[in-house]
Amino acid sequence: MKHLKIDNLHVSIGDREILRGLSLDLPTGQVHAIMGPNGSGKSTLAKVIAGHPDYTVTSGDILFDGESILAMEPDARARKGIFLAFQYPSEIPGVTIANFLRAALQARLPDGEELEATEYYAKLYEKMDLLEMPRTFTSRAVNEGFSGGEKKRCEILQMAMLRPTFALLDETDSGLDIDALKIVSHGVNSLRGPETGMLVITHYQRLLNYIVPDYVHVMVNGRIVESGTKELALKLEAEGYDWATEPEAEAVGA
Amino acid sequence: MSDTQTQLDIDREKGNFRYDVDYEFDAGTGLNEKTIDYICDVKGEPDWIRKFRKDALKKFLEKPMPTHWASHDLENIIFDKIRYYLSQGGQKPKKTWDEVPEDVKRTFERLGIPEQERKFLAGVEAQFDSEAAYSNIKEAVGKQGVIFMGSTDALKEHPEIFRKWFGKVIPTGDNKFSALNSAAFSGGSFIYVPPGVKVSHPLQAYFRINAENFGQFERTLIIADEGAEVTYMEGCTAPKFDTATLHSAVVELVALKGAKIQYITVQNWSNNVFNLVTKRGLAMEDAEVKWIDCNIGSRLTMKYPGVVMKGRRARGEVISIALAGDGQHQDTGAKMVHAADETTSNIVSKSISVGTGRATYRGLVNIPRHLKGCKNNTECDALLINTSSRTDTYPAITVRGTGNACQHEASVSQVSSEQIFYMQQRGLTEAQAMSLSVNGFVNDLVRQFPMEYSVELKRLIDLEMEGSVG
Ligand SMILES: Nc1ncnc2c1ncn2[C@@H]1O[C@H](COP(=O)(O)OP(=O)(O)OP(=O)(O)O)[C@@H](O)[C@H]1O
Ligand SMILES: [Mg+2]
Repeated sequence: MKHLKIDNLHVSIGDREILRGLSLDLPTGQVHAIMGPNGSGKSTLAKVIAGHPDYTVTSGDILFDGESILAMEPDARARKGIFLAFQYPSEIPGVTIANFLRAALQARLPDGEELEATEYYAKLYEKMDLLEMPRTFTSRAVNEGFSGGEKKRCEILQMAMLRPTFALLDETDSGLDIDALKIVSHGVNSLRGPETGMLVITHYQRLLNYIVPDYVHVMVNGRIVESGTKELALKLEAEGYDWATEPEAEAVGA
Repeated sequence: MSDTQTQLDIDREKGNFRYDVDYEFDAGTGLNEKTIDYICDVKGEPDWIRKFRKDALKKFLEKPMPTHWASHDLENIIFDKIRYYLSQGGQKPKKTWDEVPEDVKRTFERLGIPEQERKFLAGVEAQFDSEAAYSNIKEAVGKQGVIFMGSTDALKEHPEIFRKWFGKVIPTGDNKFSALNSAAFSGGSFIYVPPGVKVSHPLQAYFRINAENFGQFERTLIIADEGAEVTYMEGCTAPKFDTATLHSAVVELVALKGAKIQYITVQNWSNNVFNLVTKRGLAMEDAEVKWIDCNIGSRLTMKYPGVVMKGRRARGEVISIALAGDGQHQDTGAKMVHAADETTSNIVSKSISVGTGRATYRGLVNIPRHLKGCKNNTECDALLINTSSRTDTYPAITVRGTGNACQHEASVSQVSSEQIFYMQQRGLTEAQAMSLSVNGFVNDLVRQFPMEYSVELKRLIDLEMEGSVG
């Protein structure tokens, strides 16, 4: 079992603190959900784990199986096994999905080793079938002109191909219609297992009916204010976040 | 010839190496009438060429540097310090690689030329400084009546075809550098394809500069007779020197009725080379001239391949890719001169500027009022990699008359830091991410290159991007 451990993490952008002492322990084999109001810092957490250069970690640590990854470049973290399904995936004009994923997998091979093309395509098609994506997608440029839902599906396709140890899914359900939600959840569930830990960020308890989490955390103002089992999500759905908001805390953005 | 000891300098770039060679013929530095006499004597040229060269020298000296519109970097060319003619093993190119002097041969072997020739070419000419060291055409192609030889040999052996077109598409006084080339030219290819002959594999020339303080002035003339088709490719490299090197070619293409000429360039000069080249094609009725032009290297490139569409329904096309790395300026573009009804032209230009690199697009499209049914399409897209990168576009489109159409699109884009982060998040290094996006940007154009060249192009872009980050 491996652990992704967030230890009392403080993160700022400019002189504004966004994460304010956040701790979390995600072991492989588990799915944790994070819920919280807009602007509470959920995406920031995901991007900081992935190594986004805009954010500064002012104190605390991120440990991948006991080893700090703070000094690692984003690409090294990715190759180590961290995957982020973006809330807003970027478009990469002219680069086809097939070429992109091929380059990403090639980057994981030792020097001098070449990715085997037939195996690669077999695997790609298998995962596309799983996500009910038409074959024509392989020759389309990454996310270019994709609908919101297609983008999210493409993120999960990449995850399925790259097989991360820790996957961070940032609002993968937003923009999906109900059928797509089922297909994507099925795709995600097929990747669940003792080798994989997942952090699922969402606003809707509905997703958690499909991807059933082991734990649910509530994040407010850059901290986790409450953790519990999946029933916590139902409470949030019913009551909102008011009960969890610390009255003394300054509003983020003030 | 003194000792045959050679010295080897290797850098990461493919072309940046150099074996020392002894030059048997050296016109010294500077260009004057004496230099021209030396070149003519050494090459054993007829008097009309001697006169042609001397007239050109006058024009070259008269014409000012075009710095009123072009880069002031041109002022850094010290013409008196340049050597205008250097040759190592005589003036007659060899027909087999075995006959090519060892020190020259291994340069081309290292650049992979004999191998490419075996794999996919109909003929090869390999120029080393001023003269072709090797020139050969596959027997089967020769038997079809195709002539492929150096321009010096051609003007002696086929004066009737050579003189008819030489200097006719690009007159000596077209610009300062066409005049310079006309005065000092040496090397380059002459191709004649007889009526109806379609050369199925490309003919290739490789231009290698090996010497320091040197100017290479090859002269190429390609004539495709009625209904003929030919593809010509040129590649080039030079080792990196501290001093400026000059490359100033003139390339003239003539596509007679119904003929097709495709001319492909992959320019990979080292960053000390001034690459100032004049290229133009003449397309007669139903003929097509297509320039595929890729500029990766050099310090300053100024090159605007053109097509004069002289016959009805003639077509002209320029597809160009320019990559301006740190400290480089790629000043490129296209000229389309419509001179008959129903002529069509297409320009697609993509440039990438990296670091302090600068890419300039200059386009000239001219459709006069009296013509009917002419069309031009121009697309030019620029990609900026860093905040210090620069791009400028100067389209000059003159379309007169009501029966003519013109479409022009331009865009400037940037690889955003979010895109790079996205790709890095998938495991690609910053450099890999950059080259992937750059390759993506030019992807649709690269597909038009022959396979062997598109692989090479991708590799060159990778190398360039590797050097540009972190
Ligand atoms: N690059 C940035 N520059 C400036 N402010 C930022 C930046 N990134 C995040 N922030 C701010 O940090 C706060 C947290 O943003 P974040 O995107 O992490 O919220 P979130 O919890 O994911 O919200 P949502 O539910 O709307 O997706 C917000 O107030 C946001 O404006
Ligand atoms: Mg968010």
